[in-house]
Amino acid sequence: MPEAIALSVDGRPVTVPAESMVSTAVLVSGAKWFRKSVTGERRGPLCGMGICFECRVTIDGESHSRSCQVPCRDGMDVRTESTEYRVRPTGTVRSSATCDVLVVGAGPAGLAAACSAAQSGARVTIVDDNPGPGGQIWRGEERAHGTQEAVDWFKRARTAKIEFIYGAKVFDQPETGLLLTESTAGVTKIGYKKLILATGAREVFLPFPGWSLPNVCGAGGLQALVKSGLPIKGKRVVVAGTGPLLLAVADYLRKHGAEVCLIAEQASWRRLVPFGWGLLRSTGKAAQAIRLRQRLSGVNYLTGCWPVAAEGDGELSAVTMRQGSKSWSVACDYLACGFHLVPNLEVAGLVGCEVIDNTVRVDEFQETSVANVYCAGEATGIGGLELSLLEGQIAGYAATDKPDLARQHFLARTRLRRFAALLNRTFALRDELKRLARPETFVCRCEDVTLERLQTQPGWRAAKLHTRCGMGPCQGRICGPATEFLFDWRVESVRPPVFPVRVDSLTHRDVA
Amino acid sequence: MSSSVFDVAIVGAGIVGAACADECVREGMSVVVIESDIVGGGATAAGMGHIVVMDDSEAQFALTSYSQSLWRELEPELPSDVEYDACGTIWVAADEEEMEEVRRKQLFYSERNVKVEVLDAGALLNAEPKLRRGLAGGLRVPGDAVIYAPAAARFLLERATARGAVLRSGCPVVELTDEGVRLSNGAFIASGMTINATGTWSPSLTPGIDVRKRKGHLLITDRYPNFLRHQVVELGYLKSAHSLTSDSVAFNVQPRRTGQLLIGSSRQFDSEDSKVDAVMLARMLARAEEYIPELGRLSAIRAWAGFRAATTDKLPLIGPSPVHSRQYLATGHEGLGITTSLGTARLVVDQLLKRPSQIAIGPFLPARPAQEAVYA
Repeated sequence: MPEAIALSVDGRPVTVPAESMVSTAVLVSGAKWFRKSVTGERRGPLCGMGICFECRVTIDGESHSRSCQVPCRDGMDVRTESTEYRVRPTGTVRSSATCDVLVVGAGPAGLAAACSAAQSGARVTIVDDNPGPGGQIWRGEERAHGTQEAVDWFKRARTAKIEFIYGAKVFDQPETGLLLTESTAGVTKIGYKKLILATGAREVFLPFPGWSLPNVCGAGGLQALVKSGLPIKGKRVVVAGTGPLLLAVADYLRKHGAEVCLIAEQASWRRLVPFGWGLLRSTGKAAQAIRLRQRLSGVNYLTGCWPVAAEGDGELSAVTMRQGSKSWSVACDYLACGFHLVPNLEVAGLVGCEVIDNTVRVDEFQETSVANVYCAGEATGIGGLELSLLEGQIAGYAATDKPDLARQHFLARTRLRRFAALLNRTFALRDELKRLARPETFVCRCEDVTLERLQTQPGWRAAKLHTRCGMGPCQGRICGPATEFLFDWRVESVRPPVFPVRVDSLTHRDVA
Repeated sequence: MSSSVFDVAIVGAGIVGAACADECVREGMSVVVIESDIVGGGATAAGMGHIVVMDDSEAQFALTSYSQSLWRELEPELPSDVEYDACGTIWVAADEEEMEEVRRKQLFYSERNVKVEVLDAGALLNAEPKLRRGLAGGLRVPGDAVIYAPAAARFLLERATARGAVLRSGCPVVELTDEGVRLSNGAFIASGMTINATGTWSPSLTPGIDVRKRKGHLLITDRYPNFLRHQVVELGYLKSAHSLTSDSVAFNVQPRRTGQLLIGSSRQFDSEDSKVDAVMLARMLARAEEYIPELGRLSAIRAWAGFRAATTDKLPLIGPSPVHSRQYLATGHEGLGITTSLGTARLVVDQLLKRPSQIAIGPFLPARPAQEAVYA
């Protein structure tokens, strides 16, 4: 039995399993929401991975803390909706580290890159904002329930003497060969010779009426929350949106006792058929898909179907679905809804890598337009787990002058990239989804900016200046991709800090 | 080619251009405003948005206090997203030497009927408990305010267009002539008068004028309601703001209506790069933390840099160009353009209509003898 942690949420005592995140404790405590938005709406977690800032609470007096990224500690005092804030004299440690190869992101691509680089004898450091390795797909799997593949990579990474820095976000590049990271302890300056970006992807969220209700989460978002300890047993869940992630999430939630009422895929059957053939050509993936489908037999799976509204008084109670001309309501406790993925490009932008069509441009050795900077995994284009692992290995070998080892993976990479292109075509978003939001629906959830206010704006920068869209702590990570889809805006300008950090972290940059 | 001839073509839809448009339309002129990019997207967006009285010179005082009174008149009409907040300013004196300056300012303002209040060390902490202990005192100027300037520019411009002004956006002006303005796409917009209100870009349309870029940095935090009550500025600001040669920083923090804190300020000449200079930003924040140590613990959301349009004698250029009498200038407002935009618009229109102004216009005429600034 894991050790339990006792803490308090809004003054109520709560006990959670060891290594639970604060978001779990808040949900277990019976609190129905985490924070009040700037217009007073009650909100709960959306992304589950530290990007949306909807799960902010006050932890031991520190306001604006992302509860999904902070592990619970004994005696913690957590407050939702707190209007009080206190600032604590913590986080003043200044340290520095150097390495041959610095990997940003400890997901599959990052782990593979780090292992391959370490195999060449390089001193390797991985830095990640999450509290442990695995990225989103293998989140929490180091502790429990890991797939064999995940377990193997974790083991390889452990034995490779890689240095891991968790809970640290990269926020600036003061000069070439140096990145600054911030954790709760303070600022660490990391010097490197080669840099491998494996920053992964986040879900695309599209606005529809009710999407900001608590318990409307991302598909991967809800999975991440469950991986962080949220009890889902007996809860009714609608899984919706698009992409292969929906099936994986539905399967995961069912395994953990959820009642999956419906899986709604926005892509039509007509688009899915060629994808099925593509799967068959890729034998490993076909077997996976068949196993997944078998396990989900009995779950209602609809294509050409999407949510049009979420309803509830303060928290979700039902979702209105549409398929063709038919619409109906499904009662549920959670809506897990994500519209495929978009790469995390902020660090690539910070370092100056060329980005085309929202993907980092790389050469055959995964090297970016910036010398000595490599990129692997979803940031070079959404391609899934296997492709990420391959690209990571190629980058790791290439960065440590082992081109022959890197080349061994080229052929397999070509095949997987073809499959990835098919996948991205299959799950392209349909135009109807642009018309889900009503004039009064919030598009920017940090600053509560409605669709109506954005419709009159000529572009992203004007919208920022004149409506505050994208001006909140998520820095446009959620509303940016949504407005790109809705209005064809180009979300521009990456500038430091590429993540909110303490003012102090920008003041006292110089470390010994 | 435009067939109609406008009375006035205003180039630039920052706060100064927008205010000029509003004022010209109010006087019955036909107006076209030409903006190459976004309304209020230049220095208007990059700056802090203060509505303050200043006493560097009699002329500066006259323009700022006149403008402030115009803002006060306008306030009831401003939409909520302008975030007008009459929070007042506290000039913070770190030591006895700066307290001398407080008393000098008090005398200056009191003689000119501006309400001010001297705070001793205790009263200062009472007014702003987050300030560090050991400061000497300060001067409270309760009539000062802060606004979100891009929204104010948009409001003024929309009010002008609602009364018939025309906004042409997306294409930059490449030439001013006595007959109108030429756009980069070759189009010509005919007008009786032109007004160059393009801030830091103004020398490219009116060569030879004394306007230089002066770079500044700002940082905004997440929401911490009631952390501060007033805009707080160090008195050392005067020393650093006036140094024409070296890069400088000064403590200046504003509480915004949103609960956010806007932290400034820095000054650099001869930088063309609009990127954030991390070292300058760090110096600026360190200065702010010297006065409010707790600032360091707050969450910073965004930092940015922008350019002010600075003149050598610290006063804007308002009126006909020295060479072409039908080409007006309304530029060079440096860090006070938000405050002085409304006064500038009145002075421009007064000159266009050849009527007397409420304040002396001489110090602002572009044809004034170039003069070095003299500071106490």
